[in-house]
Amino acid sequence: MNETEKEPEPYGFATLAVHAGARPDPTTGARSTPIFQTNAYVFQDADHAAELFNLQTFGFIYSRLTNPTVSVLEERVCALENGRGAVACATGHAAQFLIAATLLDVGDEFIASNNLYGGSITQFGVSFKKLGWNCNFVDMTDPDKLRAAMNDKIKFIFCEILANPGGVVLDLAALAEIAKEWGVPLVVDNTLATPYLCRPFDWGADIVVHSATKYIGGHGNTMAGVVAESGRFDWYQSDKFPSMTQPDPAYHGLTFAETFGDFGFSMKMRAVALRDFGPTLSAQAAWNVLQGVETLPLRMERHCANAQAVAEFLSEHPKVAWVSYAGLPDSPYHELANKYLPKGAGAVFTFGVKGGFAAGETVVNTVDIFSHLANVGDTRSLIIHPASTTHRQLTPEQRDAAGAGEDVIRLSIGIETLEDIIADLDQALAQT
Amino acid sequence: MSMPLPLRYSDATLRGILSEIRVMAMVGASGDWKRPSFFAMKYLQRRGYRVIPINPGRAGTEILGETVYASLADVPVPIDMVDVFRSSEAALGVAEEAVALVEEKQIKVLWLQLGIRNDAAAEIAQAAGIQVIMDRCPKIEFARLSGELSWSGINTRIITSKVLKAPRA
Repeated sequence: MNETEKEPEPYGFATLAVHAGARPDPTTGARSTPIFQTNAYVFQDADHAAELFNLQTFGFIYSRLTNPTVSVLEERVCALENGRGAVACATGHAAQFLIAATLLDVGDEFIASNNLYGGSITQFGVSFKKLGWNCNFVDMTDPDKLRAAMNDKIKFIFCEILANPGGVVLDLAALAEIAKEWGVPLVVDNTLATPYLCRPFDWGADIVVHSATKYIGGHGNTMAGVVAESGRFDWYQSDKFPSMTQPDPAYHGLTFAETFGDFGFSMKMRAVALRDFGPTLSAQAAWNVLQGVETLPLRMERHCANAQAVAEFLSEHPKVAWVSYAGLPDSPYHELANKYLPKGAGAVFTFGVKGGFAAGETVVNTVDIFSHLANVGDTRSLIIHPASTTHRQLTPEQRDAAGAGEDVIRLSIGIETLEDIIADLDQALAQT
Repeated sequence: MSMPLPLRYSDATLRGILSEIRVMAMVGASGDWKRPSFFAMKYLQRRGYRVIPINPGRAGTEILGETVYASLADVPVPIDMVDVFRSSEAALGVAEEAVALVEEKQIKVLWLQLGIRNDAAAEIAQAAGIQVIMDRCPKIEFARLSGELSWSGINTRIITSKVLKAPRA
């Protein structure tokens, strides 16, 4: 009876990685996305200016809020995540800030996995606290622990599906179920998995956040963050989200969930949090990331194949005490990896060298292909000792809980020739 | 009762409607600039559509330069499309009104706004030869099909190697 047409076949991931959001420039026909290096955009007339400022029409005002190059990146990542709307910003940390600033009021709580990038644990546990945003950390490898820790003041649940520094995979569907029970959004940091390996929205997540600095950009040369929303979270189901469902004093009394429907959260994040706090992504940075994301599927395929082979090599190496990689059959997270990351368990993982920290230091100092630096998700292979660097600000207990204890070495496997990567580790291990 | 399946409308269908129609009656139009209907009316006017507001409580006043009428029957010109900013329950009454006026006002499309769905309303309208769209916003769909929605980082799902043209371009 109703006109219920079949939706056109969705495009494949590799097609979206190249095309989504980027159509030929209507003025010049330019096929590659131009870098719109401008701060502001002329209004057609005074009325048009007013419409733009009232959010009554779509268009560009000022590059702190929107920029045509940045918009392409936003739609690209949103399409890859199969989401509804997205906002790009300066860094992954800024992206996390925009989510919190949009959902939390002073005194509000949220709950986060304790298996997180150390910088996120510090941002949530120390710096957010100064703003009156309270984070409780819980071991989400056991969903029952999350269930037991939930309460009515919690406004969202935050986790990394594939955790940094590595090896831990969470049961996303089980966490999404708990989020649904409590009527709060599940926010998933998908930085290490990327939408190529896992699309959290398919498993019930409501918001996805990326440090696009990592695999999305993928070349270790540009900082960026992206937040995407599924468009399926019902902000009206409770009175927990007045910032979405009540007239907003920061926008002349506009109600975002009502006015913008299933992309209300993105609009609110942009029009209020990005506007007022200002962690904007530059057009040049967005372009760099766009250049990178076109090859995301190709790179991830190679990253994962190399990582799997390196993990297998290390797991059989006499000088290696242990390897934490979910792609290995004896990993406690192997089954979850098969479910949520069937194309590969990512390329960031940890291992311990026999001989503890001293031996680990030797490895870090003697590798020659691997770069000793604090980053992941580069085309280059990277190595670091998290306890003294990325996870340094944590307590020993927090470090152990996060999988970043004293003897842990973190690898981010690049896309170089596999034999060279293995030979480099082998010669370094030989010197311990 | 199980949830109805989400409605699917092809881009060609939506583009076809938005390319054909010229005059729409907006049932439930508000004069308050913060209301979604005001946003949609202002936007659609800018894109070249004539939008005639219907609101019994404001009949005889003006919204955005157009006289407000109490009902569809009072509109003195043909109406290509009826755009409904009312509750799902109220949509049936609007559909009945539209069906009664289908010849007189030459109504071709009944469009229920984002979040509004009434299968009974759709059934009677379609039986009278009126094309029905539900749970969509013509402003958002126009913006999506013309590429403007992309400017806000929204996933338009439009992949093309051609320059995208607005439905009324």
